Amino acid sequence: MMAWSTPPYLLADVSVRRVMLQVLVALLPGIAAYVWLIGPSILVQLVIATLAALLGEAVMLRLRRRPLLLFLTDGSAIVSAWLIALAFPPLSPWWLTVVGVLFAIVIAKHLYGGLGQNPFNPAMIAFAACIVSFPALMSQWPALGLKLSLAEQFEIIAGLAPRIDAMSGATPLDALKTALKLGEGAVDVPTLLANQDVFGNFAGRGWEWVSVGYLLGGLWLWQRKIITWQTPVAFVGGLTLLAAILWAWNPQQFASPLFHLFSGGSLLGAFFIVTDPVSGSTTFRGKLIFGFLAGAIAYVIRVFGGYPDGVAFAVLLMNLCVPLIDMYTQPPIFGMKNPK
Amino acid sequence: MISRDELSEIRDNGLWKQNSSLVQILGLCPLLAVTTNVVNGVMLSLATIIVMAIANVAVASLRNLIPHEIRIPVFILIVAALVTVVDLLFNAQLHELYLVLGIFIPLIVTNCIVLARVEAFANKNPPLQAAFDGVFMGVGMLWTLALLGGLRELIGGGTLFSGIDMVFPGLQPLQLLPADYPGLLLAMLPPGAFILLGCLIAWKNWVEARAAARHSGQRSLPTPPAPLTDHA
Repeated sequence: MMAWSTPPYLLADVSVRRVMLQVLVALLPGIAAYVWLIGPSILVQLVIATLAALLGEAVMLRLRRRPLLLFLTDGSAIVSAWLIALAFPPLSPWWLTVVGVLFAIVIAKHLYGGLGQNPFNPAMIAFAACIVSFPALMSQWPALGLKLSLAEQFEIIAGLAPRIDAMSGATPLDALKTALKLGEGAVDVPTLLANQDVFGNFAGRGWEWVSVGYLLGGLWLWQRKIITWQTPVAFVGGLTLLAAILWAWNPQQFASPLFHLFSGGSLLGAFFIVTDPVSGSTTFRGKLIFGFLAGAIAYVIRVFGGYPDGVAFAVLLMNLCVPLIDMYTQPPIFGMKNPK
Repeated sequence: MISRDELSEIRDNGLWKQNSSLVQILGLCPLLAVTTNVVNGVMLSLATIIVMAIANVAVASLRNLIPHEIRIPVFILIVAALVTVVDLLFNAQLHELYLVLGIFIPLIVTNCIVLARVEAFANKNPPLQAAFDGVFMGVGMLWTLALLGGLRELIGGGTLFSGIDMVFPGLQPLQLLPADYPGLLLAMLPPGAFILLGCLIAWKNWVEARAAARHSGQRSLPTPPAPLTDHA
């Protein structure tokens, strides 16, 4: 991949395709929990997203006169597509997923020069573009206990069945924020968490186990040395540190760090988004700074901002800072003194 | 007087070669802020054309009297006086539109393209040439802003010429896409304007690259750098 390398020369079996394949495998526990607890509609979304990504990728490769087969089979577009499908509400209309995926592949990836050249994480660009453009649709999460067959879910996604307002609930994060805002200090977090149906054992009902699935997949990726520990640990650290400080200061108004860690896109972001080798920082200290600030900003946006979750905006903001971070955290060249 | 060649050069520069929005990338603030539809873009461009043409003539006529050291403040004074006139004119004649365009009419004073043409062209050329330069630079801006505004409102809301009734009370905006088109709100926001402007610039460069390739006898576009081989 690189024109230069450092000894010792060991033959490592690392190709983009292999890495991307393992990332996809690592997403499976989370997807399994998603299907089991939230509903099988995510499978439809994954298929739609994959097809849209491959189509967009093929058209852009053709326009840019790049080899089709080489890039279509490297799996990077499918990883972006799956992350988008997992970040979007599972009952989004099909065109919303398609718009998001095409925005990611065409604008965030190929207009910047394709694989390895994009300064922003494509999946997060898709999320940001869609939540800014279609705020109502992007916050329609299926209400808990909504039992729909796969066929009914398919009809809603395809636009054949009307979108009922009652079927849409809020994410646990949103529910907490809205309840606190409406209560104006009269309600407190522990009672809310104990009484509302949308909350489970330690975070959102159902969603907490999806997050556990992402955690398992992420740990496996780390064990396989696909991702390094610095970014996820720093991301989780930044998020939990802020959450812990505010929780310790006022546990009535702020949810616990555990709740925040297993809600929204925290763990998906920690292991699959901020670890993106292209748009993230690459140096040892840089990864720590990048992850920590992304986690902290995500917490601030999610708790004090107007959007249901802050991971996407936090990651994009930190993507902007990556060249600066990398410039100031260059490790010294081997044999040279540490630059003062 | 003005020769035919001179006129066509000024025209080509204004409309295409030195297009204020696509090549000089000047006046981005009004471009981003008001091109949410065709009507706003066109009307702001018309106001800019009036200001630019008269300012160019005024500066070109006075160019030998203006001391070089304080020319910029003098230019700004001239432009500001003209903008005040246009501002009052819009307020009186097209009041509804005036409320929509708001601060961006007074801000024509600070539009870089006005000062750029005054400084780069009118300050060095006779009044007639300067007048044509002001008009054609403005028309170049007008078609770009109209195109950008059209794309933005079509993608953002599925309409075209919304707000036309503020200028021509009898006319109605066109609803091109079905009424249940959700509208990509991003296109209406500044990031959408940036993305679409980038696409327009790329389109212009592509047209010119193709024309240059045809001119030099090649049949295809220059090949992208470092062709990769298909290993798969």
